[in-house]
Amino acid sequence: MNKNNSSKITAAVLLILLFGLVIFLEQVIRPTDEWAMLLSCLRMGSVYALVAVSMNLLNGFTGLFSLGQAGFMLIGAYTYAIFSIPLDLKDSVYTFYDYSVKISFPEVLGNVFGGFGMITGVLVSIILAGIITAMAAFLIGLPVLRLRSDYLAIATLGFAEIIRAVFLWGRLGPVTNGSNPLRRFTRTSDFTMDVGNTTLTLGTTTIMIIAAACIFVIILLVNSSYGRVFKAIREDEIAAEAMGINLYKHKQLSFCISSFFTGVGGALLAIFMGTVMASNFMAAMTYEFLLIIVLGGIGSISGSVVGAMLFVFASQWWLRWLDSGIITLFGTRYILPNTIFRSGFRLVVFSVIIMCVVLFFRRGLMGDKELPYYWNKLKSRIMARKPKAGESNG
Amino acid sequence: MLKINDLMVSYGGIKAVKGITFEVPEGEIVTLIGANGAGKSTTLRTIAGIVKSAGGSITFNNDELTTLTPDRIVAKGITLVPEGRRVFPDLTVLENLKVGAYLRKDNLDKDIRWVYELFPRLKERSWQPAGTLSGGEQQMVAVGRALMSRPKLMMMDEPSLGLAPKIVKDIFDIIKEINRKGVTILLIEQNANMALQTANTAYVLETGRITMKGPGLELLNDEGIRKAYLG
Repeated sequence: MNKNNSSKITAAVLLILLFGLVIFLEQVIRPTDEWAMLLSCLRMGSVYALVAVSMNLLNGFTGLFSLGQAGFMLIGAYTYAIFSIPLDLKDSVYTFYDYSVKISFPEVLGNVFGGFGMITGVLVSIILAGIITAMAAFLIGLPVLRLRSDYLAIATLGFAEIIRAVFLWGRLGPVTNGSNPLRRFTRTSDFTMDVGNTTLTLGTTTIMIIAAACIFVIILLVNSSYGRVFKAIREDEIAAEAMGINLYKHKQLSFCISSFFTGVGGALLAIFMGTVMASNFMAAMTYEFLLIIVLGGIGSISGSVVGAMLFVFASQWWLRWLDSGIITLFGTRYILPNTIFRSGFRLVVFSVIIMCVVLFFRRGLMGDKELPYYWNKLKSRIMARKPKAGESNG
Repeated sequence: MLKINDLMVSYGGIKAVKGITFEVPEGEIVTLIGANGAGKSTTLRTIAGIVKSAGGSITFNNDELTTLTPDRIVAKGITLVPEGRRVFPDLTVLENLKVGAYLRKDNLDKDIRWVYELFPRLKERSWQPAGTLSGGEQQMVAVGRALMSRPKLMMMDEPSLGLAPKIVKDIFDIIKEINRKGVTILLIEQNANMALQTANTAYVLETGRITMKGPGLELLNDEGIRKAYLG
C-alpha cells in the first residue's frame, strides 16, 4: 500500500512539473519562433492521444473492432463549434443560411462571470459535444453491436461516412452550415489570463489539461470492475456470458463511453484547428488512430499516449526536413539534393519507420503493459546490479 | 431444486435434445453421462440460458428459466463451468475470480479466501495471467471463478477434459468437498467411471434422449453401461 501511494505521489509530482514546464514554454515561445512547432505538436498530440486512448478502450480493452472514430469526432467538433460561436459573429459564419442555434455558452457565461465564465462555457460546450456524440453512438450501437469482428468494423466505417454526408446536407444548413466551414468560435488563442500587467497565454495548457483529465478518467474506468468486465468480454465472450455478464449491455456501455471521449477529442480538435469542416473527417483519419494504437500497443493506455505523441511529432515536425531538403544541425544549415528530398519523401520514410516498428515490435512499442511496468523493470535491473557492488565490500 | 421437463433444443433445424426430463434435488451430485454428440453440453448451455430452448420447461425452485437471459439465471444462483475451462487468459488469477463475482456487490474477501483454501496453488499464482497456468490449474481457476458467484447450483461441463488422471482425481475430490458445503452439482462427463463413482444420481443420455436412470454406483455395475462407456 505504502509503495503504491509513493508511486502515485511521484506520478502526480511529475505531471505537475510537466504542466509547469508547458505553461512556462507557452509564455517564452513566440508564435513566429521555430520552436512554436513544439507547442503546436503538443496540442495536436494531446488531442490525438485522447482519441487514441478512447479508441483503445473499445478496440484494445473490450475487443470491439470499431472504425467509426472520424465520424464521432466530427459530431463532437461540430457540436462544440455550433455552441461556441458568439452570436454577433454568427451572421458572418452562416453566410448562406439563417442560423438556428441562438446560444453560445462561452459568450453567455463569459459575459456574466468574465474569464472563468468563458472557460466554464467552453467546458459546457465540450461536455455537450461528448454527450451528443455518445447519444449518436448509442443509436448506432443498437443495430451494429450485434455484429462481430470485421463486420462490426465495416458497419461502423459505413456509419462514419453517413454521419459526414448528413453534416454536409444542405437542408441542415441552419445548424451545420452545410458544406461551408464553421469558424470564429472560441479557439486556442482565446485562452488567455491577465495577471497583473502581463497576459498569460494558456491555450496549449488548457487543451493538455482537458485531454489529460479525460485520459485519467479512462484509466480509472479500466482499473475498475467495469474494466475487468470489458477485458473478460474481449478474452472470451461465452465464458463472460456464463459469469452473468450481459454482453450487449456492456458492449453498448463501452461503445458510448469511448464515443463520449472521442467526441470530446473532436471538440478539442476544433479548438486546436480553429475551423471545422465535415469534409476533413475522412476515414483516413480513423486509420491514423488505428495506426497509433497498433504502434503504441493494443491494450496499453500509456502506449497510445506515447504512440500519439510520436506520430504527431514525427509526421508534423521531425520529418519535415525530408520534404524541404533543408536541415539545420548544430547551427549549420545544410541544403540536401532536391532529387529525392522533395515533398512527399517524408511520407515514404514515415511508412518505412512504421514497417520497421511493426516488424520488430510485433505487439506495438509497449505491448499491453503500461509505463510503470517498464519503469519498475528498469529499476529492478539497476537494483540487481547493486548487491554485486555490496558483496565486494562485505 | 432444478426440474427439466420435456426439454427440446435444436441447432439450425437439427434436434440436439429431443425431449428430456430429469431432476436435480437440492444438495446432491447429479451426473449426465453419454457419448460425443449425445446432447450433454447443449443441455447445460440451455439451462444457463446461452442457448435458447425449442420446447419444454426448465424450472429452478419453481421459477421458469427458459425465458430468462444468462445474467438473470446467474443471479438466481446457477453457474456454469464451461467446457474446456475458458479462463480469461490475459487476466490474472485474482481478476478471473473477481469477474466471477461480477453480479455481487458485497465484500469478496471471504469467498476469495475460501477458493484459495480449496486450491492453495491458485494463491501462489494469484498475480499470474491465467493463460500461463497448466491445464489442471486453469480448471481450478474455472471452478473457483464459478464459486465466486455463490451459486446454489454449479453445473460443470467435462471438468476432466484433457487432464492427467491424478489431477482428475483431485478435481473430483474438490467437487465432493464443494458439494459438502451445500452446493448442488450437475456434472456432465465422458469419463463415466469417475462421474458415476461421485454422483448420487446418474442419467444416461443417448442421441438426445435419456435412456437410463439410477444411483451412480448402481449404473457403474450395470452390464450395458460397462460395455458402452467403461470399456
